[in-house]
Amino acid sequence: MSQTQTTKTTYHIPIGPIHPALKEPVYFEFEIAGEKIVDVDVKLGHVHRAVEWASRKRNPIQILYLAERICGICSYCHPAAFTLAVEKIADIEVPERAEYLRVIQGELERITSHLLWAGVAAHEIGFDTVLYLTWQIREKVLDLTEYLTGNRITKGIMMIGGIRRDITKDMLPRIKKDLEYYKECYDKLGKVFLNDKTVKMRSQDAGILTKDEAMKLCAVGPTTRASGVKKDVRVDTSYFAYGDLDIECITPEVLTGEVNGDVYDRIIQRLLEVKQAIELIEDCIDKMPSGDIVAEPKLAKLLNQLKKANGEAIGIHEAPRGEVIHYVKMDGNEAPFTWKVRAPTYNNILPWIPMLKGEQIADIPIVAASTDPCMSCTNRVGIVKDGRKYELTKEQLHKLSIAKTRRLMK
Amino acid sequence: MSEDKLLTAEGIVKSFKDEFKTKIIDAQIKEHAAGTKKNSTTSIWMKVDSKAFKDVVKHLISLQYPHLAVASGNDLGKTIELIYHFTVNFGYNRKQINLNISVEVPKAKPEIQSICDLIPGALITEREKMEMLGVDIIGIPDKRRLFVPEDFPKGVYPWRRDETGPEKYYKNLHEVKK
Repeated sequence: MSQTQTTKTTYHIPIGPIHPALKEPVYFEFEIAGEKIVDVDVKLGHVHRAVEWASRKRNPIQILYLAERICGICSYCHPAAFTLAVEKIADIEVPERAEYLRVIQGELERITSHLLWAGVAAHEIGFDTVLYLTWQIREKVLDLTEYLTGNRITKGIMMIGGIRRDITKDMLPRIKKDLEYYKECYDKLGKVFLNDKTVKMRSQDAGILTKDEAMKLCAVGPTTRASGVKKDVRVDTSYFAYGDLDIECITPEVLTGEVNGDVYDRIIQRLLEVKQAIELIEDCIDKMPSGDIVAEPKLAKLLNQLKKANGEAIGIHEAPRGEVIHYVKMDGNEAPFTWKVRAPTYNNILPWIPMLKGEQIADIPIVAASTDPCMSCTNRVGIVKDGRKYELTKEQLHKLSIAKTRRLMK
Repeated sequence: MSEDKLLTAEGIVKSFKDEFKTKIIDAQIKEHAAGTKKNSTTSIWMKVDSKAFKDVVKHLISLQYPHLAVASGNDLGKTIELIYHFTVNFGYNRKQINLNISVEVPKAKPEIQSICDLIPGALITEREKMEMLGVDIIGIPDKRRLFVPEDFPKGVYPWRRDETGPEKYYKNLHEVKK
């Protein structure tokens, strides 16, 4: 009788690139041994739209609106970083009141973005009730955004040399009332996320990124802070009014006393940042000096001034997902010579590899989502094994993730 | 790292000038103030010889392990300029220094040493520079394209401004055909 020999072989599963729920499609190729992920490869560029090239035919004010459309959720931080760079080159002094108003807008965007993420994360592990709860709160924050800027998502609020809309005295009661509401909701959310046994089981010790890896792979934002690297542009540098405010660089040890760098820490990190953002907005409203909101209200005059600008500079802003950096070079023409955009997810791609290695297929959605990429939803998975091809849809992958949650709850 | 080990802008420039002498072509320190208290942030713009670039990064790591934000690039006609944007001193209130190290490589032989073995996080930005500017990164562990698709023609570099640039692929939809 001949003995049948079994050899252990790994197989590959491609995931993506189409992710309809959030933008920015990303393509993963996983090498799998059983349920365990052995290696990860990431491919990018499915929505490369040559935005930087498009800037060659636009003047800086037109680019503001182009920058706003790079990302739907970060529709404030891209024009903010671009403006910072241009203001440095053209030596434009921004009125103090505008600097405070800019902080308020930036922090409001952080709250909406982190709440959106919290909902997506809950959905990925099968807690759809929490998704509805968080997005209900987010809806209220969007209402406030609309009240302050006139728009919910693409705000069109940034201007070179200032900001486009003021916050007047009669608007303050509404803002204060809303902030009180967010605080109440924050306590509720904290309980749901941090004390729930199932959330802990799914997220603790999952997708670990060590401090050393975070430093070497140049991770940014909540992803790197949750691993214990104190890197927060708002604290480290002085821009807008952030230099005037007392901001602490938050890491998860504030709450738990230790840093593990796992998915749970990244949940804590973002929740703490929501609270910090609410406090910063309150602080700004109290401290805001009176005065102009824009350095040069006449756009034709401003454009003329920008046309003469010569030089290069970088603008760095702490977006909800981390440091966003724009490099601008101007050479005395209407359009800038170079405009380089670096969004936070660009630096948070490589950290995915150590996070995902050693995890199970069912953990892919929550671990991949935990860096809050502009990609959270895994759409279609095809498993290629021994030349045969299986297809796992996004729904099936999502079911696998829910099944794991249910299994752990038993 | 304790606070007394923090680097100063003057200290960084002096340290590099002592170590590399004439290979540091230019170094400028710029301050930019903001807010009511006018606290400022320091930036250093340093131009170095492309042959010494890797040693410069090694020297920077020996001072303090930096964060590499991104590398940007310009096509300057006869040369290609690469600017590596590092940050040091983060984690302390308003102590961060933005260190921008630029190198120029001739277009006839656009080559630069990879720094992936020193800073593994540089891989994505180095791959981007290879496909966008046509710079040959020596010793890079992964030579594949990153953003540009596989079927994009070879020898065309989207950030270039000469005949190897993307001009002939433009579709100017606003132009009316006569």
